[in-house]
Amino acid sequence: MTGRSTYSEAALSADVLVIGGGLAGTWAAVAAAREGAQVVLTEKGYCGTSGVTATAGPGHWWVPPDPQLRAEAIRRRQLTSFGLADSHWMARILDTTWRTLPTIANYYDFSVDDSGAIHYRSLRGPEYMRAMRRLTEDAGVRILDQSPALELLLHNDGSVAGARGLRRQEQQEWTVRAGAVVLATGGCAFMSKLLGSQTNTGDGQLMAAEAGAELSGMEFSTYHTVAPVFSNMTRSMSYAFATYLDAAGRELAIPQGPDSTRALARELLKGPVFCHLGRMPDDIRAVLTRISPNFMLPFVRRRIDPFSQPFEVTLRGEGTVRGTGGLRVIADDCRTTVPGLFAAGDTATRERVAGATSGGGAQNSAWALSSGLWAGRGAARLARERGQGSERPVGAIGGAGLRPRQPAAAGPSAAEAIAAMQGEMLPFDKAIFRSGGKLKHSLSVLDDLWRDLRASLGGRGLALAKARETAALVASARWCTAAAYIRKESRGMHQREDAPQLDERFARRLLIGGTDWIWTRFDEPVPELERAAS
Amino acid sequence: MIELVIAERCVRCDACVDICPTNVFDAVPDAPPRIARQEDCETCFMCELYCPTDALFVGPDCEHAEPTDEAKILASGWLGQFRRDSGWGEWAGDPRYRNEHWRMDGVFLRAREMNERR
Ligand SMILES: Cc1cc2nc3c(=O)[nH]c(=O)nc-3n(C[C@H](O)[C@H](O)[C@H](O)COP(=O)(O)OP(=O)(O)OC[C@H]3O[C@@H](n4cnc5c(N)ncnc54)[C@H](O)[C@@H]3O)c2cc1C
Repeated sequence: MTGRSTYSEAALSADVLVIGGGLAGTWAAVAAAREGAQVVLTEKGYCGTSGVTATAGPGHWWVPPDPQLRAEAIRRRQLTSFGLADSHWMARILDTTWRTLPTIANYYDFSVDDSGAIHYRSLRGPEYMRAMRRLTEDAGVRILDQSPALELLLHNDGSVAGARGLRRQEQQEWTVRAGAVVLATGGCAFMSKLLGSQTNTGDGQLMAAEAGAELSGMEFSTYHTVAPVFSNMTRSMSYAFATYLDAAGRELAIPQGPDSTRALARELLKGPVFCHLGRMPDDIRAVLTRISPNFMLPFVRRRIDPFSQPFEVTLRGEGTVRGTGGLRVIADDCRTTVPGLFAAGDTATRERVAGATSGGGAQNSAWALSSGLWAGRGAARLARERGQGSERPVGAIGGAGLRPRQPAAAGPSAAEAIAAMQGEMLPFDKAIFRSGGKLKHSLSVLDDLWRDLRASLGGRGLALAKARETAALVASARWCTAAAYIRKESRGMHQREDAPQLDERFARRLLIGGTDWIWTRFDEPVPELERAAS
Repeated sequence: MIELVIAERCVRCDACVDICPTNVFDAVPDAPPRIARQEDCETCFMCELYCPTDALFVGPDCEHAEPTDEAKILASGWLGQFRRDSGWGEWAGDPRYRNEHWRMDGVFLRAREMNERR
């Protein structure tokens, strides 16, 4: 333990401000500091335990630097990207991940197997993020825990000047002026009870959109993971041995692999579904807790033997976490279209490395690490050119949830707005079995909700932070829904019942943005070469 | 959800207050932390991992608070289970609790082979 996070100044200045202290944010902060920048990292929760990395066990995309192996890995992954990935970026994350992971061996105790081989690919979450915190501290980064960012500060020319937020345990504001800002606040899982995702409410995406940034791939947001109905333990490995049953105990034909979600969702729409893990071989049961120490906790504490006693299951929506949508980055250093603003990890679109199919299991963590490093380095270099800019005038640009237009107007509470948003984003018939009619209806509900909360939602202290999270959740919900409505075809995880085929005209990335008014635009076609590969 | 801070075990280090991702606890001078915002708990079990004296208990239900009997939990053997199984603190280096996360890929492979045979 490093003790209580104490800091007295409410106003700081730095070369680089990193917002979000998960996998991408810590790598960004380390990279910026190594470039010689003075770095502040602010984290809503605690850097080391917060976010979806800390609670899981990321296996990185891990291919040795043999040109043939790499080319083959990229070619195979292109097939499931459905024409939206980019081999240049795939090659970059493979290379960066391969070079970088072994460098944290002084911080993470990599396993050595019986043959003496060191395993770098797959790390346990709590240990990985504990290591990343120490690495970040040792790099000289100033970490502000329990300090959610609420809004960006901009210069008059529209470039980013820093951010403002809340020290939520002191209930005071903080302001950090910076030459460049990296957003690494994770994806948005709509508070679905996906493990570790409760703080990933899409705050960075909203802050960036208010500054004029573009998002891409928000329609690829239908990934779901199975869990016991009472639990958020969305660790999928053991379910590879699952047997699913209906309420009468009849075995259900649920295929393993990527098609399992839709089959399970179909059954869940009919009635309760149960599961047991009886097919897991004994030798794996014996080491299960040494692989994932958290997996058995909910079962043990409910006195369920999951290997012999069927337990009820559900699916937890992952939104843009193991979806692929997020902020569009426009250069190798992960800059966004807003000057001075960079994006990394799940906050950014992962289409370039995963396309229309989830990058969970490999690409996502390799992307978080790599994009973090690139964004941090890019931000440090830009800050060196621009200076910290702390003498220039700035304005705070946050809207929804912070500065209600008609504070006295009656409107939804944060809890009501979240429930209304979830009513459109979580039911499986809407979230998984999409169609134009359903999407259009959801969009109009969400647009009304946005208008109402934009008018009246706000607060002070912790309520202000909650109001802002609520606005961000609804913003991500609207972008996901609008993008899904506009992409009138089925591609990868985005499946529309009213347009069940791939449509070549849509072999492009779909850009989206705006807050009060949402716009969409199809990007230039992805280069022919990429498409030919798929 | 977080259910218990067990006063007789708590050494008032406030680690849980510091590390909770969702700011569930309030520090209390000269007393164990208070569960101030239980409804915000995300059932991530991180507080149990960071509690050096195994004074915290997180229930398995992520949606609802459940009445929890402290005496029963003290007798259950569940306190400290996650920290021990993770090989943290005094358990570091104990071969029984070695980190074998790397086996995950092999497990997926085994499952795929078994499913193909079915
Ligand atoms: C159960 C599960 C298993 C997974 N397994 C794999 C795998 O095996 N392989 C793989 O490649 N990928 C996997 N993934 C995906 C992978 O974990 C993520 O892509 C990756 O961890 C993303 O890192 P990140 O830093 O972007 O997000 P996170 O690690 O979630 O970090 C985001 C951080 O930002 C903070 N934050 C949010 N809002 C604010 C704000 N306003 N101000 C300050 N801070 C804020 C959050 O508290 C959080 O700590 C898995 C995901 C899940 C959910």
